[in-house]
Amino acid sequence: MKVLYFAWLRERLNRASDEVAPPAEVQTLADLVSWLRSRDEALDYAMADPSIFKLSRDARIVPWDTPLDGAQTVAILPPMTGG
Amino acid sequence: MIRVTADGFDAGAEANRFAASHTDVGAMVTFTGLVRSLPNDPILALILECYEELATNELAALREQAISRFGLTDAAIIHRHGRLVPGETIMMVMTLAPHRKAAFEGAQFLMDYLKTDAPFWKQEETATGARWVVTMPKDKDARSRWIG
Repeated sequence: MKVLYFAWLRERLNRASDEVAPPAEVQTLADLVSWLRSRDEALDYAMADPSIFKLSRDARIVPWDTPLDGAQTVAILPPMTGG
Repeated sequence: MIRVTADGFDAGAEANRFAASHTDVGAMVTFTGLVRSLPNDPILALILECYEELATNELAALREQAISRFGLTDAAIIHRHGRLVPGETIMMVMTLAPHRKAAFEGAQFLMDYLKTDAPFWKQEETATGARWVVTMPKDKDARSRWIG
């Protein structure tokens, strides 16, 4: 599974993506974020206030409690500033 | 019509083409966002980062939502990414409706959601370096008035 990072989160991590294989107990997107944070101090620190981030699964924004359900791409989206 | 692009566009030509696409409408509202550089806070450029596939999907969903909620005849969103200099167009929203109220409200709704729900991130390039633009509370407030 691919995890994408954008904007200042990408800069803080010094990379735009990760290729990961989460264990079976990682069931939802929220589980995935917790698991990623537990193994990466920079990500853990950057996401100290998780409530500001949105998540997407296979290029659609979805709630944090959405099941991973074979997702190929998950993105962690810092507050957006379009328009 | 949804277009996420690095290319510049001619807002006047886009508006004329969109207006000509329907004859059963009495009102068109267009909004064009421009890169600004204020005298007391000058910038050299605005760099827009984008998750293109997600942006296309989310803008399409937002357009559908606006059409059904306000009874629009049609709606279009053009949004650029990449490095833009002051004066350039960033984005454009257009709505067509039988009457002006729906056209105005639909355009306002689309703009308010674009500010906080479209996967674009602005970075300002200044003489002293680059800085990420932060979400303004007023943008969140503007969006929240459409909820409920």
